[in-house]
Amino acid sequence: MAAAVPTQARSGAESPRDAAARPALVELLLFSDDAAECARATVDWLAERGGARKSICALIDAESGTLKHVAAAGVSEGQIESLHLALEAPDHPLVFALAGREPVSLGKRRAPDSWRSDFLAIPLPLSEAREARQGLLLVSPARCEPEARWAAEMLGQKIARLRAAAATADSAHKVQRERELLLNIVNASPDPILLTDPEGRMIISNARADALFSSKEGQSEGRHRAVTLNNMMFSAALSQQAIDESGAVRRELLLVSPSEGSDLLFELLSSVVQHPREGTCVVSILRNVTDLRAATEQIEENYRRLRLAEADVRAERDRLDLIIDSVADPILVTDSSGKILLMNSPAERLFTAPDRDERAEAERAVRSNDAHFSSFISNLFLTGSGLRWRGEIPLTDPSTLQPLPVEAVAGKVMSEHSEVTAVVTILHDRTEAIEKARLYEQLKAASEQLEEKVREATAELVRRNELLQRQHLELEQASQLKSQFLANMSHEFRTPLNAILGYTSMLLQGVSGDLAAPQKNKMLRVDSNARHLLSIINDILDISRIEAGKMPLHLEEFEMPALVAELLAEVEPLIQKSRLQTLTDLPPGTALVVSDRQKVKQIVLNLLTNAIKFTPHGQVKVMVREDERLGEVGIAVGDTGIGIAPQDQDKVFEDFRQADNSVTREYGGAGLGLAICRRLAKMLDGRIELQSRLGRGSTFTLVIPRKGKRR
Amino acid sequence: MSTIAPSTRRPIVLVVDDIADNREMYSEYLSFAGYDVIEARNGLEAIDAAQKRSPDIIIMDLSLPVMDGWEATRRLKADERTRRIPVVALTGHALAGHSKGAQEAGCDSFLAKPCLPDQLVAEIRRMLESGKAAVTTTKGAS
Repeated sequence: MAAAVPTQARSGAESPRDAAARPALVELLLFSDDAAECARATVDWLAERGGARKSICALIDAESGTLKHVAAAGVSEGQIESLHLALEAPDHPLVFALAGREPVSLGKRRAPDSWRSDFLAIPLPLSEAREARQGLLLVSPARCEPEARWAAEMLGQKIARLRAAAATADSAHKVQRERELLLNIVNASPDPILLTDPEGRMIISNARADALFSSKEGQSEGRHRAVTLNNMMFSAALSQQAIDESGAVRRELLLVSPSEGSDLLFELLSSVVQHPREGTCVVSILRNVTDLRAATEQIEENYRRLRLAEADVRAERDRLDLIIDSVADPILVTDSSGKILLMNSPAERLFTAPDRDERAEAERAVRSNDAHFSSFISNLFLTGSGLRWRGEIPLTDPSTLQPLPVEAVAGKVMSEHSEVTAVVTILHDRTEAIEKARLYEQLKAASEQLEEKVREATAELVRRNELLQRQHLELEQASQLKSQFLANMSHEFRTPLNAILGYTSMLLQGVSGDLAAPQKNKMLRVDSNARHLLSIINDILDISRIEAGKMPLHLEEFEMPALVAELLAEVEPLIQKSRLQTLTDLPPGTALVVSDRQKVKQIVLNLLTNAIKFTPHGQVKVMVREDERLGEVGIAVGDTGIGIAPQDQDKVFEDFRQADNSVTREYGGAGLGLAICRRLAKMLDGRIELQSRLGRGSTFTLVIPRKGKRR
Repeated sequence: MSTIAPSTRRPIVLVVDDIADNREMYSEYLSFAGYDVIEARNGLEAIDAAQKRSPDIIIMDLSLPVMDGWEATRRLKADERTRRIPVVALTGHALAGHSKGAQEAGCDSFLAKPCLPDQLVAEIRRMLESGKAAVTTTKGAS
C-alpha cells in the first residue's frame, strides 16, 4: 500500500506567476535532443522560475532496472546519492510514487532520513500510463506544485519522445546489422540460395545464385544465354512444384555453368513460405550434385563390378566346391585357430551330425572327431616351422560308428606376410591300408607257417629218403640174399635130385641088371615124379632169376619159321603120345626177328606143352603173324582143348595158379608156366594175349616187337 | 665103341665131386659105359690126380671144399702137364654167372645138374671126339 497520500490534482487553471516563464522551458526542451540536458533545464527552470527551492529529476534506467538522478538543484550530495534505488523495491515511497496517478507528497515521517523536507514526487509524465513513465520529478516545497506538474508533464513527454526515437534508431540499426549478417551467412553458403516469387522472379539471392542466374552488361553472350536458360529451367522446376502443391520438395535440376558452359546437376530443395509483405514466396536451395552424381554413378559402376566379381568368385567357389566335393577323401580348410572354414561332403559326413538321425552316438562320434581334428591342427602349430604335417587321427564314422583310422596331411596356406591364413587338411582312409597290412601280416605268417611246414616236410622227405635208401640197400641186400638163398636151395635140391634121377636112370637102363615089369613100372613113377620135382625147381629158379634181374637178354636175329620147326620137333614125342593133329600157319619168307631166341623158345614151348596137356583130342595149331604197321610179330598157339572160363582167364597168369585146382592134380605142373611166360614176354617188351571159350579151346599168342631193343 | 678100340685102352675120366652119392653114381655108370674112372673129392685132390694119372677128361664139380672147381681148373690150365686135358664143369648152380665163371677159369664145357648119367656120357664122347679132331687137325697142320 502506498504510504504516500496523493495530493488533490488541481487542474492547470492556476496561472503561472511568470507568464513568460513557461515558453522559455518549452523552447529549451524543444531544441534539446538529450534527456539529461532536458532534465537539467527543467530542474534549473523550476529553481529559477518555478519557485522551487529544491528539485531533483530521476529517470528510469531500463537496462539496470534502477531509478537514477540525472539533475538536481538545491539538494545536498547525500540526498542525491540516496535517490539511486532499485525499482524492485515496491515498499519504497518513490517507487510507489512512480506508479501513482497523482503526485505524492513525501511526509517527513515517511521520507527517508535525507528527505526531511516536504518533497513532492511527480511521475514523468503524469498523463501517461504507468508503463510509459520515464522517471520522477521531486520538488520542494509543495506549493510550487502547479509549475512542477506542468514542467514534469513537458519533461516527461519530451523524454518519452527522445527515448522512443532513440529506441527506433537503435532498432533500425539492429535490423540492418542482422540483414547484413544474414546476407553474409547466405552468401557464405556454398549452395545457391534464392527467395523468389512463385513465378521464379528473384527477391533475394546469394552470390552463388547470382553466378547462375544473373548477368551484367558487358559479359559474354554465352554467359547471357546460359543465365537465360538457367532462369527458364528454374522457373519451370518451380512451376512444376507449384502444380504438385506440396511442401518441401526435392528434385533434380540440370543447369549450365555460365562461366564454363558445362552441365551442372543440382538438387533443388524448395519450400513455400508466406511473407507478411511480399505474400507467397519460395525459398530454394540448390545443391550441386554433379560430382555427387558422378560419384554415385562411379559407386554404382563399382558396385556392379563388385557384383560381377562376386559372381565370378562365387562361380569359382562353386567350381572349387564341386572339385573338392568330387574328391573322395575328406578335405577341410580351417583358419589358424582351427575353426573350420570349408569342407567337402565326405568331410561333412565325418564332422557334421546327420540331420534326421539324431542318435546320441552319432553326435558323440562327431564331437570326438572334432576334438581329434582340433588336436591334430593345434599340433601342427605347436610343432612349428614346417609347412606340412602328417599324422594319423583315430576318427569314428558317425553313420556306422565303426572306427575310421585316417592319415591326415595338413598344409599351411601362407599370406604374403608369411602369416598362416588357412590350413588345408586332407584325410585318407587308412582302413584298407591297415586291412591290407593285416592281411599281409597274415599272409606272411601263413607263408612262414607254410615254409616251416615245407622245411619240416623236406626234412621228413630227406629222412624218409634216407630211410628208403637204407631200406633199398637192405632190400637189395635182402634180394641178393634171397637170390643167393634160392640159388643155394636150387643147388641143394639138385644135388640129391641128381642122384635120384641118375640112379633111377641107371636102374631103368639095366645097369644093375634087368628089372621085372612091376619094378620097372614103379621105377618109371619115381623117375616121373623126380622129373616133375625138377621142373618145379627149375620154374622157381627161373622166377627168382627174373625177379632178381639175373636173367640177361641175348638179342640175336633169327628166323621165326625155323624156331617153330625146332619147337615142334621138341614136342614131337608128346604129340605122338597124345595123338593130336598139329598144324602150322606160317607167313611166306623168312620172317626175321631180332629178339632173345632162347626166351621166345621157352615161352612158346611152354604154350605148346600146355596146349598139348589141356587138349584131350583134336588139334594144336601154331601160327605166325607179322604186323608191319606196329612192327610186331605174333606167335599163336591154338588148341581145341578144355578152354578157360572168362572169369578164370586172368588167373591163369598168376603164380602157382591154374584155372582150377583140380586141374593141377589132373594135369600136373606147378602152375608157374604162364606166370613165367608173362614175365619173360615183358622182358622182351611183348605180351601174351588169350582168347578162350570153355570147352572149345584156347589160343595163347605171344606178341613181341620185330626188332627188340637192349635195355 | 669102335672109336675107342684102336687105342686099346679105356679113356680115363677124372670125376671131381664132394658128394659121394653123385661121384660114385657117375663112376659106376662111366665104368659101365666103358671108361676108367678116377675120383677126387676136392680141387687139390683133382690137381694131384690129374698130374699123377693124366686123365683124358675131367668132370669138375665147381662147388668144392678145400679148393673149389674154378681155382682147380685155373691151376690145371696153367700147368703145362695138365693144360691140354678137357675140363667139363658140372654144377647144380644154374645161375648165369656160373657157366661164365667156369669158361673164364678155363673149362671147356659146361653141364648143369641134374645131369643124367647117359647125358654125361654123351658129352664126354662129344668132347673126346672134338678133342681128337682138334689134335688131328693140329697134327695135320704141323
